Amino acid sequence: MKSLWKMTWMEAKLFLREPFGTFFTLAFPLMMLFLFGSIYGNEPSPLFGGRGTIDISLPSYTAMIIATTGLMSTTITIAMYREYGILRRLRTTPVSPLVILGAQVIVLFLMTAAGMMLLLLAGKLVYHVQFEGNALSLLAGFTLASLSFFGIGFFLAGIVPTPRTAQIVGMVLLYPMIFLSGAGFPRELLPATIQKIATFLPLTYVVNLLRGLWFGEAWSQHVTDVAVLAVALVVGVLASSRLFRWE
Amino acid sequence: METIVQVQGLRKTYGATVAVDDISFVVHEGEIFGMVGPNGAGKTTTIECLEGLRKPDAGTVRVLGVDPQQEGQTLRLRAGMQLQQSNLPDRMKVWEALDLYASFYPKPLDWRDLLVQLGLEEKRNTPFGKLSGGQKQRLFIALALLPDPQLVFLDELTTGLDPQARRAIWDLVRDVRARGKTVILTTHFMEEAERLCDRVAILDRGKIVALDTPEALIRALGAEERVVFHIEGNLPPAFASALSEGTRLEVQGERATVYSRNGRQVPLVVEVVGLLSAQGIRYRDLRTEQPNLEDVFLSLTGREMRD
Ligand SMILES: Nc1ncnc2c1ncn2[C@@H]1O[C@H](COP(=O)(O)OP(=O)(O)OP(=O)(O)O)[C@@H](O)[C@H]1O
Ligand SMILES: [Mg+2]
Repeated sequence: MKSLWKMTWMEAKLFLREPFGTFFTLAFPLMMLFLFGSIYGNEPSPLFGGRGTIDISLPSYTAMIIATTGLMSTTITIAMYREYGILRRLRTTPVSPLVILGAQVIVLFLMTAAGMMLLLLAGKLVYHVQFEGNALSLLAGFTLASLSFFGIGFFLAGIVPTPRTAQIVGMVLLYPMIFLSGAGFPRELLPATIQKIATFLPLTYVVNLLRGLWFGEAWSQHVTDVAVLAVALVVGVLASSRLFRWE
Repeated sequence: METIVQVQGLRKTYGATVAVDDISFVVHEGEIFGMVGPNGAGKTTTIECLEGLRKPDAGTVRVLGVDPQQEGQTLRLRAGMQLQQSNLPDRMKVWEALDLYASFYPKPLDWRDLLVQLGLEEKRNTPFGKLSGGQKQRLFIALALLPDPQLVFLDELTTGLDPQARRAIWDLVRDVRARGKTVILTTHFMEEAERLCDRVAILDRGKIVALDTPEALIRALGAEERVVFHIEGNLPPAFASALSEGTRLEVQGERATVYSRNGRQVPLVVEVVGLLSAQGIRYRDLRTEQPNLEDVFLSLTGREMRD
């Protein structure tokens, strides 16, 4: 228990010292918010069912943070720890691999949550967004979505040979996914064919679920989203535990 | 004497490479056991089979009474390990690494003391990535000693260290032994093996070619005592022919070496100095050299470089 706590604290410090992760998790989504906020404002629009661009963007940007930490931070960190012999050094100690991975999950989860809180705070203060959902429901959906993306990240970490490949694979998956799933900007603005393609992307279900819960829709309207993410989580955990390598 | 490590018929191959070829040995409690050998001899492979990091292809290994493959956890709790190759995250500070690793063990030493003993107090807040090679090495030694283990593995413990640090580490290792612990190390410095180890195994091409105390290994070489001196110009041929039976002369530029069997009537140095003055040869820097572990090493493993 003591080692889990120390390890988590250490990983949190390392995360914050690494400019890349901090930027994309905490700063970049805010920059997007202010950029689009200054272009479109947050005036109610019929296209978004009477909500403004910022109202509708907050859950989407949250999905973007989840995808970034899941596909980039998780994958690159684990691949780097393996490549550089950091896992090898840990392996000589009695510390359990579950502590090592658990600390990663906790830190990435908290950082992702912090990214979401920053968005929410900025949205409220600057654009007076209305949060219409139930906070606990949102937290539950956010947790499911984050964990299933971390699962995907650990799975990818298991198959990529080096940190460099991890970075490339992560980016190749991440950017089109953010663009097509509606995490980057409202899907309503994309052509219908692209919206079709989006049904094959796990991130689409994160966007759907978070948007629904954000605006107070019932869980029963999001059974598909929950099912897809739950399956992704289970498959991710099983596959990554089989693929995990110390070196 | 308690047996701490028992290895019987250990074998490990990588594809066509036989890294460790059917070796057996024991390590006793409270000894400093050294392994030396040319690059690629199989030292790291052997040590990592004992640590449970690599799986032997054949043979039995018992370390601290357990099979490292079966009960790795027991072993990792009671043994400290320094690897030939490993790393910490670049942005982790020295004190953070020690503090973190201390949390893995039930009764770790106070890492602040280790920091002082390894001369790292000034580097306490330095990130790992900004340490020099030798400082990283010292930190890894600190991490190996941190659990206050019954058994310490040190793979190339003083590689990259300056002479002061090397001597400080020797003292630390002797200190570990003085507290009844056992140390298994590898090194490329024969002086280190000779001065530090109670017993030394010489490995070559995956086999143990000799295993004994350094003194016994040197004695068994039947080694030659030798006298070295420098001359100005050439050594007259008369000098070589006047040398007594059973001696051998080697000249390299200005440097001449006279070898001889041990156990002579007249000490070799007396004979050589006598001849030099009798023949009026000018010389300087004359000294005698005793055979050492390096001579044993070279005579057993040859002088050619390994690939
Ligand atoms: N992971 C590996 N995969 C393939 N071959 C390996 C591996 N590890 C070691 N070898 C080979 O096994 C042999 C023994 O290597 P080992 O690292 O045990 O030597 P060593 O005595 O520690 O050498 P050094 O003094 O250079 O550290 C070498 O020929 C090496 O190329
Ligand atoms: Mg080695």
